[in-house]
Amino acid sequence: MSITVSLHSENQVLFVNLSGELDHHTSGTLRNRLNEVMENSNIRHLVFNLKQLDFMDSSGIGIILGRYNQVKKDNGSVMVLGLRPLVKKTFEMSGLSQIIKIVDDEVEAAEIIRGIA
Amino acid sequence: MTNEINLTFPAKSINEGFARLVIMGFIAPLDPSSQELTEIKTVVSEAVTNAIIHGYESDENGVIDLKASLEGNKLRVTVSDRGRGIENVEEAKQPLFTTKADEERSGLGFMIMESFTDAFEVSSSVSQGTSITFEKVLLCDQSSDEGIAS
Ligand SMILES: Nc1ncnc2c1ncn2[C@@H]1O[C@H](COP(=O)(O)OP(=O)(O)OP(=O)(O)O)[C@@H](O)[C@H]1O
Ligand SMILES: [Mg+2]
Repeated sequence: MSITVSLHSENQVLFVNLSGELDHHTSGTLRNRLNEVMENSNIRHLVFNLKQLDFMDSSGIGIILGRYNQVKKDNGSVMVLGLRPLVKKTFEMSGLSQIIKIVDDEVEAAEIIRGIA
Repeated sequence: MTNEINLTFPAKSINEGFARLVIMGFIAPLDPSSQELTEIKTVVSEAVTNAIIHGYESDENGVIDLKASLEGNKLRVTVSDRGRGIENVEEAKQPLFTTKADEERSGLGFMIMESFTDAFEVSSSVSQGTSITFEKVLLCDQSSDEGIAS
């Protein structure tokens, strides 16, 4: 039960690729990796790719929402893509899809960010 | 088919994944659909995580009980802790209600548990602990039953 986090940033956008399982146990690893990057560079937008994620529960939603709370004061944004149907349903039921945009791919995310910036 | 298991494990976060594996193994003979598997895994994960972070406030000396039974294709699962308990269950069940916003919890656990199950119940008393029980009838993967649907 583990998570693999791969990160790359471009301009002020951090692309976060996750694989494995994201639960409370593995969320610390992800949070530390994100904090490390965000402390040392000027990230305003995050794009989470969950396509390769085998499992995610509310702990994952908490982390994603937490990053949104970090970047929103700089007019930043957080987007997610590759959601499995049930994760998507959870996002929609909770109203989170109103503030965390669900996009089709990184290209769409980049276009939206260009519009904001 | 009738079967049941009773498992007791310490409140360590590594056991969140273990509990998911156990419940998957338990229902595997029924050949559940992947949606059913995901729903059940998620509900168990939410309940065990709540016991660890809220019930025992991350004290790994706490103990969690996982009970599961199958009667035909009806699954019944109970996850219980002997932790701090919940003062107001109705309030706790409200979507987005959390007492641990500072730890980036968002108050979605109970909403997820309720929506992914057929019946869901929380019983709790302060300083005694909390126990959640859910039921789910497994319809399994009808789409793969070739030849039945027209
Ligand atoms: N086993 C438990 N013991 C004590 N309190 C609990 C327990 N389970 C839930 N609670 C209380 O109920 C609240 C709501 O639980 P719920 O799972 O819906 O949200 P959360 O755990 O706070 O956030 P999330 O599940 O989205 O990470 C918790 O914040 C906590 O106060
Ligand atoms: Mg919870």
